[in-house]
Amino acid sequence: MKHTLDAKRLLCPMPVIRTQDRIKSLSPGDVLEVVCTDPGALNDVPAWCRINGHKVLDTKTVDDEVFIMIEVRDDGEQA
Amino acid sequence: MSKQRKAVALISGGLDSLLAAKVMLEQGVHVEGINFFTGFCVEGHTHAIRKKDKAKPKRNNALWSAEQLGIKLHIIDVIEEYKDVLLNPKHGYGQNMNPCLDCKGFMVKKAVEWIKENDFDFIITGEVIGQRPMSQRKETMPIVQRESGAGDLLLRPLCAKNLPETLPEREGWVDREKLLDFSGRTRKPQMALAEQYGFKEYASPAGGCCFLTDKNYSDKLVDMWQHRSSRDYELDDIMMLKVGRHIRPNDNFKMIVGREQGENKFMEGYRKIYPYIHCSSHKGPLVLLDGELNDSDVELAARIAARFGQGRDADEVEMSVTYPDGKNTVLKVKPMPADEISEAWYV
Repeated sequence: MKHTLDAKRLLCPMPVIRTQDRIKSLSPGDVLEVVCTDPGALNDVPAWCRINGHKVLDTKTVDDEVFIMIEVRDDGEQA
Repeated sequence: MSKQRKAVALISGGLDSLLAAKVMLEQGVHVEGINFFTGFCVEGHTHAIRKKDKAKPKRNNALWSAEQLGIKLHIIDVIEEYKDVLLNPKHGYGQNMNPCLDCKGFMVKKAVEWIKENDFDFIITGEVIGQRPMSQRKETMPIVQRESGAGDLLLRPLCAKNLPETLPEREGWVDREKLLDFSGRTRKPQMALAEQYGFKEYASPAGGCCFLTDKNYSDKLVDMWQHRSSRDYELDDIMMLKVGRHIRPNDNFKMIVGREQGENKFMEGYRKIYPYIHCSSHKGPLVLLDGELNDSDVELAARIAARFGQGRDADEVEMSVTYPDGKNTVLKVKPMPADEISEAWYV
């Protein structure tokens, strides 16, 4: 199932925190698209995914908005 | 085979917490990181709002540290709970509005809650005796242990040999002999250990990891409290203190003037919260207005705002004033001469 998280106008690390909290409520295989305006999210959300075991499917920047597509993985952080 | 013990490390993104976690990993302890976001944390991105900083790496140093260590990191939003720490610090403030000792106690207390919820065994921090004048002194180390409720579940690997034994040491979960005895403000032992571990790059912010240790930031925070009826604040308030020139020509309002394109862009996101001014006849910055303004205040603000645009030397410029409800007026004003803008207005 695909979900969207609006993290626009939030500065680091809030987009990461919102992503982390949202993924806790999702199931393995779900896809979450995070939309941010802080360009730093382009580094930090994928970094958070790498260390917590989720897969970044795609990232792109369109008109000052950053889109990060994440596949929730089973071995991801659930604490 | 003995059970692998689990420790949570307070990861700030600086060198000390990185090393403390590494020392534990080297002893075979399972380590996960925890990082608390108070709203006042210094982050690369917050600085990168300004265009001039765009060449700097846009990274969160706590995440970066965790990735170097190969550990998970849990970032926890404590903005609401932190208000009480900042507003009512039992141990007072440091040189600026930094309640360092209360802050450390608060974070360790949150870590105690976290290890109970997540079945971890103990807590580690990168504290070093004598490293910080307020929160990292020999006398304050036991205060943090006591007031946080961590007691001897709190291990400081970088200076453990200078402190009484903790439970992880007594129980043999970690080898005290392999812990360290760092002390004082020198960074040389940390730098040598970093080299030993192969950490070639790490963050070393001069004022620590918190905006509250910064005088300019603290001055703006105090000004905000003094001109409001309460010392309460929201995240948007404290974010706005990080951007723009803050100018208070009257007690009842303050102007936030974007200093360059990056700040203007960031401030655009606040146009539905604050009234704002921009010059419609010339290029100029975005200016947000914080407070209750009457018509003469708005005209004064428009004249000051005009001073920061390219029409500063014109006889008259058009300044567009827009309110959060969408109402808009255009004022024709003479830009205020530089010598009429009082230095005392700058917060």
